[in-house]
Amino acid sequence: MSHRSQDLVQATPRGLYCPPGDFFIDPWRPVERAVITHAHADHARRGHGRYLAAGVGERVLRARLGEISLQCVGYGEAVTINGVRVSLHPAGHVLGSAQVRIDHGGEVWVVSGDYKVEPDATCTAFEPVRAHAFVTESTFGLPVYRWSSGAVLFEEVSRWWRGNAAAGRASVVYAYAFGKAQRILAGVDSSIGPIVCHGAVEALNRAYRDSGVLLPPTLLASHVADRAVLSRALVVAPPSAQGSPWLSRFGEYSDAFASGWMQLRGARRRRAVDRGFVLSDHADWPGLVQAIRESAATRVFVTHGYVPVMVRWLQEQGWDAQPMESEYGGEQDDGAETSDTPETITPGAAQD
Amino acid sequence: MRAFAALYAALDATTATRGKLAALREYFSSAEDADAAWALYFLAGARPRQVVPTRVLRELAREASGVPEWLFEESYQAVGDLAETIAHLLPEPGAGSDAPLARWIEQRLLPLRGAPEAELRERLRAAWRELDTLGRFVWNKLITGGFRVGVSRALVTRAIAEAAGLDPQAVAERLMGEWQPSASHYRALLAPAGGEARLGRPYPFFLAHPLQQPLESLGPVAHWHAEWKWDGIRGQLVCRGGAVFLWTRGEELVTERFPEMAAMGTALPPGTVIDGEILAWRDGAPLPFAVLQQRIGRKQLGPKVLAQAPVALVAYDLLEADGEDLRPRPFHERRARLEALVMQAGQPALVLSPVVTGHSWDALTALREGSRARGVEGLMLKRRESAYGAGRVKLGPGGEWWKWKIDPLSVDAVLVYAQRGHGRRASLYTDYTFAVWNDGVLVPFAKAYSGLSDAEIQQVDAFIRANTLEKFGPVRSVRAQLVMELGFEGIQRSARHKSGVAVRFPRMLRIRTDKPATEADSLAHLHQLLHSGDPAP
Repeated sequence: MSHRSQDLVQATPRGLYCPPGDFFIDPWRPVERAVITHAHADHARRGHGRYLAAGVGERVLRARLGEISLQCVGYGEAVTINGVRVSLHPAGHVLGSAQVRIDHGGEVWVVSGDYKVEPDATCTAFEPVRAHAFVTESTFGLPVYRWSSGAVLFEEVSRWWRGNAAAGRASVVYAYAFGKAQRILAGVDSSIGPIVCHGAVEALNRAYRDSGVLLPPTLLASHVADRAVLSRALVVAPPSAQGSPWLSRFGEYSDAFASGWMQLRGARRRRAVDRGFVLSDHADWPGLVQAIRESAATRVFVTHGYVPVMVRWLQEQGWDAQPMESEYGGEQDDGAETSDTPETITPGAAQD
Repeated sequence: MRAFAALYAALDATTATRGKLAALREYFSSAEDADAAWALYFLAGARPRQVVPTRVLRELAREASGVPEWLFEESYQAVGDLAETIAHLLPEPGAGSDAPLARWIEQRLLPLRGAPEAELRERLRAAWRELDTLGRFVWNKLITGGFRVGVSRALVTRAIAEAAGLDPQAVAERLMGEWQPSASHYRALLAPAGGEARLGRPYPFFLAHPLQQPLESLGPVAHWHAEWKWDGIRGQLVCRGGAVFLWTRGEELVTERFPEMAAMGTALPPGTVIDGEILAWRDGAPLPFAVLQQRIGRKQLGPKVLAQAPVALVAYDLLEADGEDLRPRPFHERRARLEALVMQAGQPALVLSPVVTGHSWDALTALREGSRARGVEGLMLKRRESAYGAGRVKLGPGGEWWKWKIDPLSVDAVLVYAQRGHGRRASLYTDYTFAVWNDGVLVPFAKAYSGLSDAEIQQVDAFIRANTLEKFGPVRSVRAQLVMELGFEGIQRSARHKSGVAVRFPRMLRIRTDKPATEADSLAHLHQLLHSGDPAP
């Protein structure tokens, strides 16, 4: 891929690189200096010298990466790295997620990381940042992906749970342990019954609560002895729990999968669950277009997802758009089944 | 429309029979008669032909959604279903429609047929504006003739019967025959039992189960009547009040396609119903099924066709004589009356299915070996005392009718490896490697790619994902649990294959969810097939 000499962000074998600042953004190979957009495993990896990230995400980042040399900044607070002004702005993806704004002598680039534009009770809302060039993700970069509002969706989840509880069976929802699981907890009507979480989810709940995010009370499955409690519970578990013996304790249950991929009937049926809830922490097609418009950027670089589709569409609409290679999770259907603990995530798997 | 779309979504969402039944019951208990009639019509598998040409539909959807053609195509490739793609691409969903299903069908769908293109476009746009995303999807499915949902006719029948507090068999019986999706027909369907006109109505077919247990479990051979299992079309000839009706097992009325039968029927005494097999038949023997098939496909039956593919009804049961329902009587009694009737009629197109006599199970087994040469599929075993039931009744220890088919060129094998498909199936595991047992070890012997429906592929794909042992690039090894019946055209010795045999054109005949892997076939069985000799002429 060709790039101009003044490009503030370039794709390199180690990750997205800012030459004048001599730092990387979400690098996938070990580097000296890394700016991290958020704590999902394909963006935040171990082994870098120094990390810079948004302060609100500190606990989740540390929960996932352990001992690291981490500098935290508030949203909008600028730091200067080798003469380049760097600031982080809310991306609305998960707790602590940020867009990276890079300002070098008045030329401004913004790297989105992953983002969504709709509001989310568990993280700061996406904030448009004006830039000359915008580096965007494209996980759901097809116009068939349009989300309904969170309110409609959570009402749907609650109705399903209420129906199951009335029938005396547990409601097991598979959701990515970091981000989506907490969003469900914060969104459902917690008065319906007890909420039980898988250990992988509970670990992140703790980090969220410690960061000041309000979540309803949750129980660990192993701490509940009363079967009657389990039979009315909403059970939040990572996708890897599907079909595992861990579920046997719940007796009869209905299961559901929460993912943007559930928009399509084929994906829903392939997943072989009773229900598919269309819940994503990525922007849908209108959201991607809105974010790109609001950045007011004339140059757009498209990373992971439906890259060629997005690039072609943007070009036809008059943007100077091109792909930017990265090793972030793509749109592969397999993403939905990727095991969820950070240790076992395979590179190249989507996080949704 | 909203209620019907919701029913569709509920049926589509669950694979559990119980869940489906509950959703159906709920719908039919609250639906108006006219809507219930149409819902039943669609759920029971009837499909009005496509009323909007695909080209028009695509163009219109593209215009309405404002996406360029290439992006529409990209979307279609990702979704894999036109009706769904359109539902997702159309701009802001409408509020959804509470107008009844019957009104949607009768006033909005049916008038589309043959309408001038301009009107078609206007009507479609109006419908889309009104419907929400789910409603649009279901509507698109209905107008493209692609409406399908995974429920059996029997399940729908049961739900309706339960909702109305009726005997499911009575409802099934009323559903046989010509049935119009109208409120009055629906009310008739749910009328209290008794006193109904049944001029052309056939009886529900009694179905046999495949024989899988040892013959000895059936008891003494003398309790059984054996005859050939014909490879034709199961049919019921109904002669009442001077009229003749020929029904197939698929409950299709085919009298006009078989004028010979219609003529023969008028020669039978009124109040006669015969169950038998429609076969291409010459000189006392069946012609291959393909001959019959050629005839079925034709609209015009000229003298040449009639001469090339003469047909006969090979009769095996008498369900009604002199207007009396004989079904509760024992089989041997019905059979005796059938023999007398056929003899008396003296019609060349009415043939008695011969009794296959064997004084021991061994003798029958030996006779069955000759099935291929006779052009039949094996043997039917009918308990001599059996009444004529309805459908495939649940069997106690005393199963009544068994089909004991020969299938020398098929084998039950275990899925051991899976590989991703290509193109539209790129994200699915569609190419499978199968193995059979040899000394307690599974030996791979064939790869198969075809034979499953899309829905089955998705189920198998989900199974594979949930049961992967290892991944090697695009290939996964899978926990040895899933059994499928593989069919193939030939089998030969092969030094190049680990199994020692090579099969020709293997394909999947069906998924044997009823069989545990331990009951799959063995390599020894494959080797036996090498010697089983030759296929029918």
